[in-house]
Amino acid sequence: MTTTPMLEIRNLHARIEDREILKGVNLIVPKGEVHAIMGRNGSGKSTLSYVLAGREDYEVTEGEVLLDGVNILEMEPAERAVAGLFLAFQYPIEIPGVATMTFLKAALNAQRKGRGEAEISTPDFMRAVKTAGEKLNVDSDMLKRALNVGFSGGEKKRAEILQMALLAPKMCVLDETDSGLDIDALKVVSEGVNALRGPDRAMLVITHYQRLLDHIVPDVVHVFSDGRVVESGPKELALELEAKGYAGFDGEKAA
Amino acid sequence: MNKYAIPTLKEEIEDATVDAVLSLDVDKYKYGFESHFETDKAPKGLSEDTVRFISAKKGEPEWMLAWRLDAYRRWLTLTEPTWAKVHYPPIDYQDMYYYAAPKSAQKPKSLDEVDPALLEMYEKLGVPLKERELLAGVEQPRVAVDAVIDSVSVATTFRAELNKQGIIFCSIAEAIREYPELVRQYLGTVVPVSDNFYATLNSAVFTDGSFCYIPKGVRCPMELSTYFRINEAKTGQFERTLLIADEGSYVSYLEGCTAPSRAENQLHAAVVELVALKDAEIKYSTVQNWFPGDKDGKGGVYNFVTKRGDCRGENSKISWTQVETGSAITWKYPSCILRGDNSRGEFYSIAISNGYQQVDSGTKMIHLGKNTSSRIISKGIAAGFSDNTYRGQVSAHARATNARNFTQCDSLLIGDKCGAHTVPYIESRNASAVFEHEATTSKISDDQMFYCQQRGLSEEEAVALIVNGFVRDVLQHLPMEFMVETQKLISISLEGSVG
Ligand SMILES: Nc1ncnc2c1ncn2[C@@H]1O[C@H](COP(=O)(O)OP(=O)(O)O)[C@@H](O)[C@H]1O
Ligand SMILES: [Mg+2]
Repeated sequence: MTTTPMLEIRNLHARIEDREILKGVNLIVPKGEVHAIMGRNGSGKSTLSYVLAGREDYEVTEGEVLLDGVNILEMEPAERAVAGLFLAFQYPIEIPGVATMTFLKAALNAQRKGRGEAEISTPDFMRAVKTAGEKLNVDSDMLKRALNVGFSGGEKKRAEILQMALLAPKMCVLDETDSGLDIDALKVVSEGVNALRGPDRAMLVITHYQRLLDHIVPDVVHVFSDGRVVESGPKELALELEAKGYAGFDGEKAA
Repeated sequence: MNKYAIPTLKEEIEDATVDAVLSLDVDKYKYGFESHFETDKAPKGLSEDTVRFISAKKGEPEWMLAWRLDAYRRWLTLTEPTWAKVHYPPIDYQDMYYYAAPKSAQKPKSLDEVDPALLEMYEKLGVPLKERELLAGVEQPRVAVDAVIDSVSVATTFRAELNKQGIIFCSIAEAIREYPELVRQYLGTVVPVSDNFYATLNSAVFTDGSFCYIPKGVRCPMELSTYFRINEAKTGQFERTLLIADEGSYVSYLEGCTAPSRAENQLHAAVVELVALKDAEIKYSTVQNWFPGDKDGKGGVYNFVTKRGDCRGENSKISWTQVETGSAITWKYPSCILRGDNSRGEFYSIAISNGYQQVDSGTKMIHLGKNTSSRIISKGIAAGFSDNTYRGQVSAHARATNARNFTQCDSLLIGDKCGAHTVPYIESRNASAVFEHEATTSKISDDQMFYCQQRGLSEEEAVALIVNGFVRDVLQHLPMEFMVETQKLISISLEGSVG
């Protein structure tokens, strides 16, 4: 069976200021699959997520990124979002004074506008938020609070997944979604993510702990080291990594 | 019960923020049009003859002319103040017109009789009457509109109903003719004739404005609303507003402005006087959106306004809420004199400057009575090459035992070519007074911008959303009609501030 790539990264090099961080990333995530990227702190995982999303501090010096067959490297961040790319942030940003509900609606309508669709009606929006919110234990009280302001670690991550659920992206990149979560929160968030798996969507789950992958079970695991993918394999690779540590893989790359 | 019940009004308003953000594309600064009315002008320049001409045109009694002439003579002895942090070329007061009135000033009985061209203009201005439909399903407060075009009231609505309650709401010119005792009793008692250069000029040549009197114990059943509009090339605008809330009464007054694009600078020197007697409350809200000048800083309105409220009686309360997005130069300090014991003054302000705009605005809270309290929340947003200064004075007189003030002054900078300044003056001659002052300055962070853009918002939409969040504490104090309009204005006035 042939698979169609949702995300295809070819020989991606990127730098910040004068420092090269991504040094030739190659990666394909087919439609319907969930891939994990594991790598030690500082290996460039978050950088990869920012470069995919188009953050302007990073300069891409080489390579290509195709989203559902379309090169996105020339696109603005908002255009990439409209094209279906979603990044769940490792550290979600506070937006003081803007109620979570308001933010959700602004984002959803901005994306609809970007696709030439009509604005969502308030009743439809309320229904969508209600459905998505219930699964993630996000109540109306939380929706009225300013986005991420004074949110606990768990609330921040639930709010990220809520946005992901509402925006229904094709390609989800989740950066350390497990950080700052206790086990109960981890379960809620993972269930939320799992509910969004589907044949027309792909996910790239970034983590440096194996434990997240017990809850969000990946189809493929990639090991990331010093700005590139050094090894790929089935989900068992994560366990191997946990047992051996990253050092073994660094050695392989160095060899 | 469903946790996600019908959205509250506030949520609806938040939805409106979103709508405003989303309508950015189509909502370019589109208020730069002119409507064509024939006008009847006084000769150019300022002299005793000009003052006599204005007074005669208005059919004023002798005492009013004398009052004006006295002001004119005092004005000749004054010089323009220079302490504000604003810069502009010298104004030639002889190169301006001081009177312009639409030709057919026949007063229509209702909006139905108003010139369709005028209604169309309101339409273009987005007068909130129309926008209330946005808030479908919500019972709407009624608004009495006393529309002012080029210095003369053209339309007044809801008059009959207000009259039934004894409320007087009319042009100041009409008040001078019809209610001379009231006018004589209160005019110039809050802002004296020689208060300052601009107020004195206004006293000499004011052409129109509103007069409002709420009788004892009456709660005004609707928001009183005036839309000011500068519409005639080189016409200085000298509005005079006098609002009196008699004992135990309440009134909410809305003032909103937009102006067409002009190459010529336009001077506006209004005076607003509020008097709150015992147990009375006045809520005065302004949205000011005059032409700020083009992208190089040319043109635009000079807005030198004197607004002051006198909490004259015990337990009275005056609350100013202002949204300042327009004008090339703003010089404006809506203030409260807290004369009555237990009286309270409030000042809530959003001041946005972009391009080459210069804003020097703030308030004065003068505590004279015992147990007086005041609250100041100021949100300044500076973008482009603009300068945005908050200047505030809080003072307690020796008699002002237990005076209380809380001031919060937040500035938000967009880009690195603009400036925000906070200049608080605090003086207390009573040891029991407690004044608190908090100030912050922040920038919209790259992280916030990137986060919003990752969710699909354009740069401008992101800025508008973040700024709307920043001003939220003040927005909440605006009447419903203005809240929606303000959120749109914020988007419009910050266009071009990023990228
Ligand atoms: N803004 C920046 N300026 C300079 N170096 C940076 C910046 N952001 C990240 N880096 C560096 O890039 C490397 C990769 O960081 P990051 O992508 O955050 O790794 P990870 O997410 O795998 O922990 C690190 O060495 C980090 O110090
Ligand atoms: Mg990281």
